[in-house]
Amino acid sequence: MAKKLPPVDVVLVGFGWTGAILGQELTDAGLNVVAIERGGWRDTPTDFAVTFAQDELRYYYRHALFQEPVRETLTFRNSPDQTALPMRRLGSFLPGTGVGGAGIHWNGQTWRFLPSDFAARRHNTERYGAQAIPETMTIQDWPVSYDELEPYYDRFEYLCGISGKAGNLNGQIVEGGNPFEGARRRDYPNPPMKMVYGPTLFGAAAKELGYHPFPAPSANMSRAYTNPLGVTLAPCTYCGFCEKYGCGNYSKSSPQTTVIPVLLRKDNFELRTNSEVLLVNRDPSGKRATGVTYVDIQGQEYEQPAEIVILCAYILHNVHLLLISGIGTPYDARSGEGTVGRNYAYQIVSGVNAFFDDKLFNPFIGAGALGIAIDDFNGDNFDHAGKGFIGGGYLACWNTNGRPIENSPIPENTPKWGAKWKSAVAKNYLRTASVSTHGAVMSHRNNYLDLDPTYRNAYGQPLLRMTFDYTDNEMKMSEFLTERAADLARAMKPREIKINGRKGHYSIVPYQTTHNTGGTVMGDNPRDSVINRYLQSWDVPNLFVMGAGAFPQNPGYNPTGTVGALTYWAAEAIRSQYLKNPGPLVQA
Amino acid sequence: MRRLTRTSITTLAAMVLLTGVSGATDFDYAKLEKGRALVNAGDCVACHTQDKAKPFAGGRAIPTPFGTIYSANISPDRDTGIGAWTADDFYRAMHEGVGPHGERLYPAFPYPYFTRMSRDDVEAVRAYLMSLDPVSNTPPPNELIWPLNIRTFMAGWNMLFFNKGTYQPDPNKSAEWNRGAYLAEGPGHCGACHTPKNIFGADKASKALQGGVIQDWTAPNLTAQTSEGLGGWSEADIAEYLKTGRNRLSGATGLMAEVVVNSTSKMSDADLKAIAVYLKDVGPSSAPSVSAPAQNFMQAGEAVYRDSCAACHQGNGTGVPHMFPPLQGNAMVQQADPTTVLRIILEGAKTAATAQRPTTSAMPAYGWKLDDQQIAAVATYVRNSWGNKAGPVASDTVSRMRGAINARKAAPQTVGTGARVDAQQSH
Repeated sequence: MAKKLPPVDVVLVGFGWTGAILGQELTDAGLNVVAIERGGWRDTPTDFAVTFAQDELRYYYRHALFQEPVRETLTFRNSPDQTALPMRRLGSFLPGTGVGGAGIHWNGQTWRFLPSDFAARRHNTERYGAQAIPETMTIQDWPVSYDELEPYYDRFEYLCGISGKAGNLNGQIVEGGNPFEGARRRDYPNPPMKMVYGPTLFGAAAKELGYHPFPAPSANMSRAYTNPLGVTLAPCTYCGFCEKYGCGNYSKSSPQTTVIPVLLRKDNFELRTNSEVLLVNRDPSGKRATGVTYVDIQGQEYEQPAEIVILCAYILHNVHLLLISGIGTPYDARSGEGTVGRNYAYQIVSGVNAFFDDKLFNPFIGAGALGIAIDDFNGDNFDHAGKGFIGGGYLACWNTNGRPIENSPIPENTPKWGAKWKSAVAKNYLRTASVSTHGAVMSHRNNYLDLDPTYRNAYGQPLLRMTFDYTDNEMKMSEFLTERAADLARAMKPREIKINGRKGHYSIVPYQTTHNTGGTVMGDNPRDSVINRYLQSWDVPNLFVMGAGAFPQNPGYNPTGTVGALTYWAAEAIRSQYLKNPGPLVQA
Repeated sequence: MRRLTRTSITTLAAMVLLTGVSGATDFDYAKLEKGRALVNAGDCVACHTQDKAKPFAGGRAIPTPFGTIYSANISPDRDTGIGAWTADDFYRAMHEGVGPHGERLYPAFPYPYFTRMSRDDVEAVRAYLMSLDPVSNTPPPNELIWPLNIRTFMAGWNMLFFNKGTYQPDPNKSAEWNRGAYLAEGPGHCGACHTPKNIFGADKASKALQGGVIQDWTAPNLTAQTSEGLGGWSEADIAEYLKTGRNRLSGATGLMAEVVVNSTSKMSDADLKAIAVYLKDVGPSSAPSVSAPAQNFMQAGEAVYRDSCAACHQGNGTGVPHMFPPLQGNAMVQQADPTTVLRIILEGAKTAATAQRPTTSAMPAYGWKLDDQQIAAVATYVRNSWGNKAGPVASDTVSRMRGAINARKAAPQTVGTGARVDAQQSH
């Protein structure tokens, strides 16, 4: 029997980036806010001290910071005619758990989407004709434009202290930045990171080929920074332990290093950890959320009544919670009807290693977002006519790490073990640079999330089922990007290169990237979206859903910058519109 | 607690207005606010609140070299607190260290400082305490060694070491200086930690504010001496440190982190400036004579420093201002007594978090990673590099410190464990 708790104004489900930002914004508006987080409390000095944080076994192999499949996992299949099986160990993507969420273990690559990304269907149709978009490709325009989001991108970048160089300041193209980016009102809060040798060579090669290299925008601090909330971050030490690790030097933006120290001082905020939300409760009309039911680590169930419920967990959890709670119409791939779980998308990545004899790189000088990128082949920055695909991605040379267990680049035709393998690793360990591609994934009729008919989680609920594969569009696009990466790698004049392109079906086993999107997409009308332009549920107006689940399809960038911008955008709408007049902010 | 207090004051004020008895002295808002400010300045909460839910109900264990003392209940409860005390009773306790039944109080309650407070200020403190909710709580009996467990013994102590008397302003100094001196030497009782003690636990008056050791922390030299004291700090540096727990040179850790969080961060800017003006005028202690460390010891220390310390404190010891304190010119690093330096290396430290500096910056523990010899070497290295000068540290000293830390970890929680600072972080 659930214990009923005193009501609050707002309950936040999950306490990562979006939960922390909303907590800060809505407590500022005077509301009483409770955040409920399934994982434990974590802070920099206690949990990520530099004396032990750089531990590959604990964090990379044993997944210390990630969702535990024993409590919650998902089942997977490539297509609707297959039977999905449960993931007993995470692979392709690594959702976080605990305070700070995946904002703890990200790399810090912080991008804005292109203005044309927000009009994916209209823009591509106008330029390439209706036939450029296959019938099974379910892409749609965003209900919000780049220009509308610009001030909120800006807020997130200044919260985080992003290091970078503007390429388009109020419409003026700035030499050395990304000339393809949308206009920004001001430069990044911090200068680019100090550049290391591999990316510098890549930048020179890219220039030689007529491309436009620029330092990638980074949430690793290029210098000490105090953000507008008064929280201070320290300069990055380039230790090379970002992705899959917490930062012990206060040098990577995370909820802990940017928001939480201020938020936890407030009397009108409360955080409950080790508490998993099982259900969004509604009144008998079904049109109004009354709060949530959650279970703590002792197994005690609680009902937390609230005026506003906001889902701030990872997209997979948000979709699962809506399906379990029976909110909205589940997507049905056969009929194409329904919206919850629709337009699940991902990212498509590939890479090319370049092995040198005459150059020494030091991979130990690394950071998650330390690198040089080009955007010449992203979005619609190039002519797609005759290419047979839409969308694109950025190419980059990163110097993220020299973590020895995880990272042992070896040339083609090297044995997988033994003396020859060892000698190849020894020879190439300090002499390899890599060019990676990071591509968009368009949404597709047969890529979606729903409830599994067979497998259940620790609470007896059906697991989320993922049905996903790359389509022709992605495969062609990735091949194109990989060829460009190979050209760039060759232009760096290495001894040899090794192309790691995409082949065959999507596999959920090897790690690729934690950029899952869609499933609770935002849109102009309830027929093809779960939430409106303010991330408000069409069905239950006092329910909001944050995160990359809102993306109608996934552009060729890392999602966090846009997730942060959308959160500030939604927070502003709640503060300035919803609180004055609670109800639908957009009429269906 | 703060909110509760504000509410009860507001409620009282409303009652006064409604019943038309405005002007009744006990409900004098200005007086209560003044009292609250003085209670903050005096950091009464540090000793008298054990459980946040029971403010000022006493019972907190205060370890002294002579045994453990449990703080008194100073909430207005009639039976177990000060509810039945008269104004004269309260003043006598503050001014003379004598309880309402004539019993001698122990100077762990810093009456040798509070004696300097004006009667008006003491009345304001009492008015504020009496406005709080009474909490029934009888603290445990003290655990003191003989003969100190006999209260009358304190009469002799008082005769030898206690100078009763209200603060007398120095007419040759500015009003600001006098205000600072009054706060520092009276309610603020800075010297209780920062003045070295004789074997009876009394201040060595001739060495006022030259630094002491308390509960395995160095309370640093606050005189104008350059290497160990505040010689390198400006008035603004001092005020910023007290207000925010951080400045370009240092960050408050250990017991001082509690003082900042509970007391000085809540003081007015004018009072903090006054304290800074006064402290900058405290004549310097004599420069310590220091022997140069052995060259190979310095080299060993440098190797440890480059490996374990330089990432945050930088290769040249300049640190990251307001986050990771610079070690170059750092007064705490150069204290004659290396207690705090060793303790921070061994068990790490967290800085105070305040509204202005909400991030708790921290140094991790190295006690499990470095042995006594390595810690002695790196401590010696940072005390003697980049222009720093302080005595070498022997590995025996590190061993003793390690032993003290282990013993304390095994002992029950007492004042000064830092628990209250942590609580600020994770409520």
